[in-house]
Amino acid sequence: MTALSTRAKLVVATASAVLLGAVAAGYAAVAAEPAPAPTTAAGAAAVTLEPGPRLLTVTDRRVSSVSLSDPSGPRTVSTRECLRVYAAAGTGVCLGPETAWSYQLVVLDAALGATRTFAIPGLPNRARVSASGRMVSWTTFVGGDSYTSSGFSTRTGILDSRGGKPVMSLEHFAVTRDGRAYRSSDVNYWGVTFAADDNLFYATMSTGGKRYLVRGDFAARTVETVKENVECPSLSPDGRRIAFKEAIDADPAKGWRLSVLDLATMRVTATAETASVDDQPAWLDDATLAYTLRQSDGRPDVWAVPADATGAPRLLVPGAESPSPLI
Amino acid sequence: MYLSTVSRPATDPPDPGPARPGRRIALVSGNVIALGTVSLITDVSAEMVTAILPLYLVLGLQLSPLAFGVIDGVYTGATALLRVVGGFVADRFRRRKLVAGVGYALSAVAKLGLLLAGRSVPAIGAVIAIDRLGKGVRSAPRDALITLSTPPESLGRAFGVHRMMDSVGAFLGPLVALAVLLAVGQSYDAVFVASFCIAALAVVVLVLFVRERPPGTATDDSDQVRVSVREALGLLREQSTRRIVLAAGLLGLATIGDGFVYLLLQRREDLDLRWFPLLAVGTSLAYLVLAAPIGVLADRVGRLPVVVGGYAALGVTYLLLAGPVGGWPLLALALGLYGLFYAATDGVLIALAGPVLPARLRTTGIALVQTGQALAYLGSSVLFGLAWQAWGPQTAIRVAAATVAVILLVTVVLLAPGFRLVTRRVS
Repeated sequence: MTALSTRAKLVVATASAVLLGAVAAGYAAVAAEPAPAPTTAAGAAAVTLEPGPRLLTVTDRRVSSVSLSDPSGPRTVSTRECLRVYAAAGTGVCLGPETAWSYQLVVLDAALGATRTFAIPGLPNRARVSASGRMVSWTTFVGGDSYTSSGFSTRTGILDSRGGKPVMSLEHFAVTRDGRAYRSSDVNYWGVTFAADDNLFYATMSTGGKRYLVRGDFAARTVETVKENVECPSLSPDGRRIAFKEAIDADPAKGWRLSVLDLATMRVTATAETASVDDQPAWLDDATLAYTLRQSDGRPDVWAVPADATGAPRLLVPGAESPSPLI
Repeated sequence: MYLSTVSRPATDPPDPGPARPGRRIALVSGNVIALGTVSLITDVSAEMVTAILPLYLVLGLQLSPLAFGVIDGVYTGATALLRVVGGFVADRFRRRKLVAGVGYALSAVAKLGLLLAGRSVPAIGAVIAIDRLGKGVRSAPRDALITLSTPPESLGRAFGVHRMMDSVGAFLGPLVALAVLLAVGQSYDAVFVASFCIAALAVVVLVLFVRERPPGTATDDSDQVRVSVREALGLLREQSTRRIVLAAGLLGLATIGDGFVYLLLQRREDLDLRWFPLLAVGTSLAYLVLAAPIGVLADRVGRLPVVVGGYAALGVTYLLLAGPVGGWPLLALALGLYGLFYAATDGVLIALAGPVLPARLRTTGIALVQTGQALAYLGSSVLFGLAWQAWGPQTAIRVAAATVAVILLVTVVLLAPGFRLVTRRVS
């Protein structure tokens, strides 16, 4: 190797630092996102959570609503910033930014005002409100400690709006797996859905590389496994079926099929949606599911499909995500 | 500040003989400072990505990150094998700097790979694997270069300074990432490009300032014959080498992993989950502060006692997690001791192993030590998970503490005869 003097080496190093710094700064200048364009025509009407034939969604991180009779038509967009939203009986839950780096849960009243706010760890993923508006649940992703250990985990909590402190994580609930008491450090929960009594709930529990549908008793702080390979359950309004995403060949790396489980017969029916759905579906009525699908560049759209094997998926709200009917 | 006393490179060649009393305040060699600088810059780059990767995957790409856990075990095995192969290549062609450079360059390229991978989960997995591969390949030749450019009696100090610089980089990385994000909005791409540029600068510094061998060292005769595979395999026939590799593996078995330690601490204290990432920061801080002074201490009192002390600190950390102390004293004590464990073992163990390994096979030997440790750690974290499942976390951690005690005893028996030779000093 040619012997450079120390001075020459320092000159080369400094020049490299300046050059590389310029590349980084130049790229940053080009990549810097322009200020978000003002959202279109909110009109005079404001977004409200009052029950009605409307669909609540998130459009460009803002809570918005459309008429269910014309879902791709005019959209009312609020200033409330959420990554995930859900509402029922005039009560909403919004998972949105607290600071640039942290997120919070906001319980919303019908006019999108905050009735309760608390910080949640990690990155927003799922949110639900029980049909009565009393129970609220959320799921976040918590990153691993290091790039090289890639240990992602989830945190799922439940708030009883009549009962004081939120349960920040289900990890302390007693688990019964296949009829036996079970514990493990790798238990993760996500995607809660509530039954009509505001105590029984369903959720996904993962442990040992498998994902289970669990039935939980909130008051007793217990869960028991019901069925394998059921993720992101969503209980139908009549309480008889669960819509969920089923990992193809029980391998999430192959994608998910949007399916429906009949709780009486435990029979699973795949819907007509063949694209991989990574969402907790919402029931528009007892026969129709709504869910978010992403285009290849990550842009979301809300779609709907019949909750049996019939029909075909149809585009409901373009450029929106996190659907929640307000009926 | 400690660094100000080490900015002038030592010009003396490494002296395999007894230390001269006049060099008590020996400085750290220029090569070690150069390698430390490369590690510092590289860690800024790596930790920038670490800090924002979850944000990028979940909010930027809207991917389900749970799919990423699957790739872990397979790559650890592959990396372990390639680490040893890389170590052998570095020894055979006497190109330790080149192999280390390839490792650093691979990780730099991986940063750009994140830009190109888009939303493809397999592509992102492959990019993360390349990054990890680069990390695996570079650490053994880097540590070998440190041992080869430092007199044996100052190895503790040299590794201490190197690891301190390394942790400073790890500490700065997330801050730089946040600064970039603040400047450009939510453009994760800009962070990856900045991270690549910083990693590339580290490679430039390595090429310019790191020396394959210290100035003034004549290549000794044994260097004229190339290291053969047979000779490398013979390394494990040497009793002293076998002992140190075995001991490293055993010590690896004593560690259950950061994830479990922080999880237990969080559960014990019912800590607000938002503060969870700060547990790792607390440990790094203790590591950063203690690495250099403990390295110096290891040179004075011997490296084996310091390594033993470090693992004792680990055992006490485990006991604390199951013990009666609670609240802030528990947090401060546990994180401080855990950082002390890292400071007293990570570099010091290599400083202990280095002189035992023949210079011509130093990189291969160090790669064996590190691989043994990594594989054992993988096994022990799986075993701890099973123990947790069977007995619950409190019993599992007590068993882990007892395991540390047993392993320490065995290690002392294994290494005590050899270590007397290694730490011989003339006063």
